[in-house]
Amino acid sequence: MLVLCEHADGEATDVSLQALTFARTLASGPLDALLIGPGGREAATGLGDLGAGTAHVAEHDGLAAFAPDAWARIVCDTAARLGSTVVVAPGSERGNDVMARAAVRAGQPLAANCIAARAGRPLALTRIRWGGSLLEEARLHGEPAFLTVAPHAVASERAGGGAAALEPFTPQLDEADLVVRVSDRVAAAAGGVSLTDAKVVVTGGRGVGSREGFAPIEELAAVLGGAVGCSRAVTMAGWRSHTDQVGQTGTKIAPEIYIACGVSGATQHLAGAKGAKRILAINTDPEAPIMASADYAVIGDLHEVVPAISAEILRQRGR
Amino acid sequence: MTLKLLVCVKRVPMTGGKIVLTADEQEISTRHLGFTISPHEECGVEQAVQLIERNGGESVVLTLGPAEAIEQIRDAMALGIDRGIHLQVEEEWDPEATAEAIVAALRSDEAATGPFDLVLFGNESADSGGYQVGLRVAHALGRPCATGLKGLEVSGGAARCEQEIAGGRDVYVLPLPAVATILEGLNLPRYPSVPGRMRAGRKPVETTFPARPASRLERLRLVVPEGQSKQAEVLGQGPAAAPAVVEILRGLGVV
Ligand SMILES: Cc1cc2nc3c(=O)[nH]c(=O)nc-3n(C[C@H](O)[C@H](O)[C@H](O)COP(=O)(O)OP(=O)(O)OC[C@H]3O[C@@H](n4cnc5c(N)ncnc54)[C@H](O)[C@@H]3O)c2cc1C
Ligand SMILES: Nc1ncnc2c1ncn2[C@@H]1O[C@H](COP(=O)(O)O)[C@@H](O)[C@H]1O
Repeated sequence: MLVLCEHADGEATDVSLQALTFARTLASGPLDALLIGPGGREAATGLGDLGAGTAHVAEHDGLAAFAPDAWARIVCDTAARLGSTVVVAPGSERGNDVMARAAVRAGQPLAANCIAARAGRPLALTRIRWGGSLLEEARLHGEPAFLTVAPHAVASERAGGGAAALEPFTPQLDEADLVVRVSDRVAAAAGGVSLTDAKVVVTGGRGVGSREGFAPIEELAAVLGGAVGCSRAVTMAGWRSHTDQVGQTGTKIAPEIYIACGVSGATQHLAGAKGAKRILAINTDPEAPIMASADYAVIGDLHEVVPAISAEILRQRGR
Repeated sequence: MTLKLLVCVKRVPMTGGKIVLTADEQEISTRHLGFTISPHEECGVEQAVQLIERNGGESVVLTLGPAEAIEQIRDAMALGIDRGIHLQVEEEWDPEATAEAIVAALRSDEAATGPFDLVLFGNESADSGGYQVGLRVAHALGRPCATGLKGLEVSGGAARCEQEIAGGRDVYVLPLPAVATILEGLNLPRYPSVPGRMRAGRKPVETTFPARPASRLERLRLVVPEGQSKQAEVLGQGPAAAPAVVEILRGLGVV
């Protein structure tokens, strides 16, 4: 079994450790980790503890910048060389991209974002649809079987193994493999608290009513040191930028508490808030669908409730 | 340089607050639902329309779906897409089979009216989320493909593509003809106008009926995950609930 591991700053990413953990439960055979590009050797240390017997590290001048077709070729060639029967990667944007390229190159199907799998021919699996709002049980008829693991489907877990054997190698690459490659990087303007990392997210939905209506939402987020989110209804109305959108086609968040104001609770919205520990809904409608996903609710007009919460926090702090 | 563009969209139900399955667990019960396409694909349609407005040329929308998917073709035409290709099938196809059918239709269109400079896809479909149809089509055509784009400009025979990453954006420059997959946020799609809707009804649509190959990603059944049937604890009504809310926030250590 071969597991493609992504890495950044000399460390394997957590979703890659999750993919290794997932692969371990799938088969007892040898587990090969594959790392590609600069920093791969550093990132390989410690993978033995996740169950990897060997860490194969692809090193090549052409890999200084990310080149997805080159990565896909390395995945295919390595799987063929090792005789891997299952090829696994994290279901990150890059993981899904590279694995789709690898699967089509190998003439095989791909099952993206699996949350469970059982070895066998065909491989039995469960994968997510609708960003996690629905599951699909399926059979994957592939040799080798290509699949990616949905982020946070399993927690990364150490196996207590020794160090993985380090096997650096130079992959065979042609010009054609490097046509699609990162040729430049634009830095983002530094912002406030990012939605992804915020401990508190205060979101406004259509119920906010206008662009200006977000002032109390922004105030509560600021008082709590959190970030402002919004629903797609808000983005489409042009009240806020898509960078604030929480959901299946927006940002996935994982705060301690998610305060959703004037949001009805569409499945596609809540698909972005599955990582939230607690959800508080503030809504005029006690029958809104969000009540079936929220832990707490305040029934009322957000334009009255939200400022009252900010004022109460400031009052208690002033005491 | 005028452009010829193709954008691929998939008809999906608008599920709202709760997903209900049919008794055989093969699909979502859609009796009370409307239909749409993925927001990523909506941005693909908008981008195609804008690129043709700026450069001149022709835009084509393609869908593989049931007879009713003509609605999604007309919706795209109402926004400015010039013509449609409808691959009419009964059920949902797997991504491999979908890509093969798209490639065959695209090749026959190109044989008749010349190559597409750019073929646009959603990064992932709204329902299945296979993350692959666009890349499969690109591979079959031997064309470069960049995925997950939040920026896309065409000039001088190349596409400049921007992909969001932690702390910024990665830039890819692809020689045309190329394939690109889009994420919502690339642009703000326009709303259809009344004249746009009127014109859409008169634009040409070519319909074919491809045969379904055996599926190698064989769907057995759908399952609604647990955890969508909580009952929220009501902390109070109106602003009087504020102290109870702050107590909860304190308990969570965020105040
Ligand atoms: C494929 C697909 C992907 C999608 N992706 C996303 C996504 O990423 N993110 C997303 O958000 N949506 C997404 N959507 C759209 C989603 O289906 C809903 O349409 C959207 O989330 C609705 O936004 P809303 O809750 O703000 O608006 P509504 O559904 O209109 O709800 C407004 C709510 O505000 C309440 N309200 C009104 N006035 C007040 C008031 N004064 N005080 C308190 N409450 C009030 C109402 O009772 C109601 O519950 C997607 C849809 C599809 C089909
Ligand atoms: N049935 C279909 N008809 C037309 N385009 C499709 C279809 N299925 C998928 N696509 C396109 O391929 C993209 C990726 O789909 P997927 O690989 O299923 O995630 C979608 O966003 C669409 O642009």
